[in-house]
Amino acid sequence: MILPALFFYLFAGACIASAFMVIAARNPVHSVLYLIFAFVNAAGLFVLMGAEFLAMILIVVYVGAVAVLFLFVVMMLDVDFAELRQGVLQYLPFGALIGVVMLAELLLVVGAWVIGPGVPRAITAPIPADITNTEALGRVLYTKYIYYFQAAGLVLLVAMVGAIVLTLRHKAGVKRQNIGDQVARTRDTAIEVVKVRPGQGL
Amino acid sequence: MTAATYLPLYPAIPEIVLAIGAMALLMLGAYRENSTQVVNLGAVMLLIAAALIVHWLPNGVTFGGSFVVDGFARFLKVLAFLASAVAIVMSLHYQAAEKQRMFEYSILILLSAVGMGMMISAADLIALYLGLELMSLALYVVAASNRDSVRSTEAGLKYFVLGALSSGMLLYGCSLIYGFTGTVAFTGIAKATQGGAGIGLIFGLVFVFAGLCFKVSAVPFHMWTPDVYEGAPTPVTAFFAAAPKIAAIALFMRLAIGAFPGIVPQWQQILVFVAIASMTLGAFAAIGQHNIKRLMAYSSIGHMGFALVGLAAGTAEGVQGVLIYMAIYLAMTLGTFCCILAMRRAGGAVENISDLAGLSRTNPALAFFLALLLFSLAGIPPLAGFFAKYYVFLAAMQAGMFTLAVIGVLASVVGAFYYLMIIKTMYFDEPAEGFVPMPGELKAVLGVTGLFNLLYFIYPAPLLQAASAAAKSLF
Repeated sequence: MILPALFFYLFAGACIASAFMVIAARNPVHSVLYLIFAFVNAAGLFVLMGAEFLAMILIVVYVGAVAVLFLFVVMMLDVDFAELRQGVLQYLPFGALIGVVMLAELLLVVGAWVIGPGVPRAITAPIPADITNTEALGRVLYTKYIYYFQAAGLVLLVAMVGAIVLTLRHKAGVKRQNIGDQVARTRDTAIEVVKVRPGQGL
Repeated sequence: MTAATYLPLYPAIPEIVLAIGAMALLMLGAYRENSTQVVNLGAVMLLIAAALIVHWLPNGVTFGGSFVVDGFARFLKVLAFLASAVAIVMSLHYQAAEKQRMFEYSILILLSAVGMGMMISAADLIALYLGLELMSLALYVVAASNRDSVRSTEAGLKYFVLGALSSGMLLYGCSLIYGFTGTVAFTGIAKATQGGAGIGLIFGLVFVFAGLCFKVSAVPFHMWTPDVYEGAPTPVTAFFAAAPKIAAIALFMRLAIGAFPGIVPQWQQILVFVAIASMTLGAFAAIGQHNIKRLMAYSSIGHMGFALVGLAAGTAEGVQGVLIYMAIYLAMTLGTFCCILAMRRAGGAVENISDLAGLSRTNPALAFFLALLLFSLAGIPPLAGFFAKYYVFLAAMQAGMFTLAVIGVLASVVGAFYYLMIIKTMYFDEPAEGFVPMPGELKAVLGVTGLFNLLYFIYPAPLLQAASAAAKSLF
């Protein structure tokens, strides 16, 4: 049992260290790279917990799409991040003080924590051990949870329509390709056969 | 493998019709030029059809218990769909006059109506969140739909950022509730909280209520309302003030009564605070306003406070009061916004209260109807607005919450002041330049809502019975 524990500390330590470097790094590109590293370590933690599907999704969605998007934005926008962050370390003691006070308050609250008497009864379905969680998700996603799946699809449709409504501009006077017109051309409409007599021209 | 079982889809037919219709109209609008009017007409017809289907369909539960159609859901869905249809009708003339014709507007309203239906029928936390997000996302876009205007885009952005924050709080609360009860279904949560709840669950409850308070724009989560109401195009503001409020209040009621009947005193104190704060802020902050849309924003904050008084009572009478309140509020708000949309001179739309000066001489009919609706909003008998307040205060008194009811009555007296100020401007000030004639569809909506407010007291039985049956189905 020593190996999982070792890996846990490796991933957790690397995750926290890289998360700290995200806010401490001077170069914004380095920050994004540290963020990616933090995501990968979090995925490792998920694998240790047996949630391999979540781990892969974290890699695919956050590392593959979101972090790359961040990287693009950081590289495209000419924002002086170093100037924006000036004074962060100056405010660090004050921020840390507030953090400590909040932590103390939370601990006091958690100290008086009582789980309701009906709660253990409500937890019914145990996690099945014989199938992988990708398979388990696949079995219910399109059957039991079809409603949520379709609703999420509608949310994405609204997002797409919204993005187009708010950004697409039709410029007048731009010539666009009309494939229908192009395909519908026949020899009769496209060329004209002309008899040219010698010496006369058209 | 077991034989394939088919879901009984019939309870969700209205939403399915709306969603498929919205996609068909989207195709039509995208591939046919100048089809805006056809799309608008189709959207209105779809919404009316959906409201009729809701009215005719029997009750039922589907999608594994996460979608419930009962008397409560049917009452509110009819209101929400009709309010959305009226909002599209009210936008027709405005869009033509401001040259902002775009077919996506009614499609977004259709999709947001689907979200409202899902919210009203939601019986678990995931369905709640998805419905809320579907509705809100469409609202963010229509708030910014006049994208050449800085105020409109600012309104959309502000609404989006604050809305995302409130969604985050809601989700945090949902995850806490799930963690402490082991289920997302409202019935399961109700079972788990029967004998009281621990601090963790109350934590989650507070966060979820905070997210919902944002959606109904109740104090202290109201800050976005005046800016968004003022910045968004006027028909969009009319829509914001009506249909989404109904869906959010419905969600509030179903969550509070359906999922937490075991810990009523805990959520009651939150609601009492929110109701008192909303009523007082709505009454006092509106006094200094010059822009009528901003004034209506504060007025709607106050009205949400009054509606929450009924919910804070936590009884069937209270819920019935809220249902009647929302129906009457809808009629008052849509009618008032018809008048605001009619405030248009040759040079364009105007929105200041001073522009209404002397309206009784330049346009006596409009002045009469606006005065009628404002009296109703202030809650002066025998208009419908008085009865709306009467039922919720009565429910609060029956539940023994006398302080709450007294504060509510006092707040509505203070609120009457600014409504009367507008009426004074219309009837006793020197006339300003007259408005251009009102388009026919606005006249029709104004006539119907105005007469409803005026004549409600003669025959209140149908609405009372419907609301009472709807409220009973929740308990």
